[in-house]
Amino acid sequence: MAKFAKKKDGDLPAVSTASLPDIVFMLLFFFMTVTTMKDSSLLVQNTLPNASEVKKLEKKDRVVYIYVGKPIKEYQKVFGTEPKIQLNDKFADVGEVGTYILAERAKKPQELQNVLTTALKVDKDANMGLISDIKQELRKVNALKVNYTTYEGNAFNNIN
Amino acid sequence: MPRRKGAPEVNAGSMADIAFLLLIFFLVTTTIETDAGLDRMLPPIEPPDTDVVIKQKNIFTVNINKNGQLLVEDQLMELKDLRKAAVSFLDNGADGSCNYCKGRKDPSSSDNPSKAIVSLKNDRETKYATYITVQNELVGAYNDLRNREAQRLFGRDFTEMEAEYLNPETPSSIRDDLKDKVKRVQDMFPQKLSEAETSTGS
Repeated sequence: MAKFAKKKDGDLPAVSTASLPDIVFMLLFFFMTVTTMKDSSLLVQNTLPNASEVKKLEKKDRVVYIYVGKPIKEYQKVFGTEPKIQLNDKFADVGEVGTYILAERAKKPQELQNVLTTALKVDKDANMGLISDIKQELRKVNALKVNYTTYEGNAFNNIN
Repeated sequence: MPRRKGAPEVNAGSMADIAFLLLIFFLVTTTIETDAGLDRMLPPIEPPDTDVVIKQKNIFTVNINKNGQLLVEDQLMELKDLRKAAVSFLDNGADGSCNYCKGRKDPSSSDNPSKAIVSLKNDRETKYATYITVQNELVGAYNDLRNREAQRLFGRDFTEMEAEYLNPETPSSIRDDLKDKVKRVQDMFPQKLSEAETSTGS
């Protein structure tokens, strides 16, 4: 019965890996599109509180960030453990917030200058005194739209 | 001279390696942003020209002390009860001019949602986390009421409508339609949350 001649028995046929680059490229493009490069490294501890009634911050080009929190371990010897304000890449005093906002505002295109939001990324252990001072500074330069950036979650997890 | 048969084939075997290398680079540098939060408007620094007289009963005072305890309308209150208290204050409608309110019409509480003001005051030593929780509950009270009205009028939640309206990817035809609806519900329960300056000391 030569008609049903057995195929070469023994070794399995090799799996074609020709489409592997395509799959990898697909993943690559996915990560390339969702990647946002960090523009400043954090000098403060920044564990945000949780809140459930959050709104997404759309349009990143019209957001100015202010970070508040305790300095991270490496800086605690120099700057102590009291919560500090971080603007861009360095620590700042409350009095510098106003000028920082004005400088950031001047960098943006004309049509966005009136619709800027200030995102306050504040560590959950910070005290309200400092935040109130920042808010006062923001009011002075008429940057009234603020967003208290939080994680999404149950707000009651904050207190324990 | 022998003629060549086209260009020799390039070996694409290492393509996967190169792509993997790039993939791993982007995997490592990716930070999925977690930018969401509570939107608030600060009051302008210039005081209003005319002094507005606000009746005491239209103000819902919330005080937070440095230990994170709440004093709501001069009574000690647990944080978990705050949302309910705020809802019943906003929804009260004592003067009967609010035809969608479902409150108790208690004459000692707010007249109308458009007149009701929530006043939040905190100590300098209040923890930020407590403050955010309180803010969250107050915004939540407004959202609960707005959701209720949006469900009644349009059959869907206000928060969902607002998120769709604010999303830049929504087509503008839908957005124009949503704009009126969102505005209408917002005007039913306008968010009037005043933040007094912090008290110093004890």
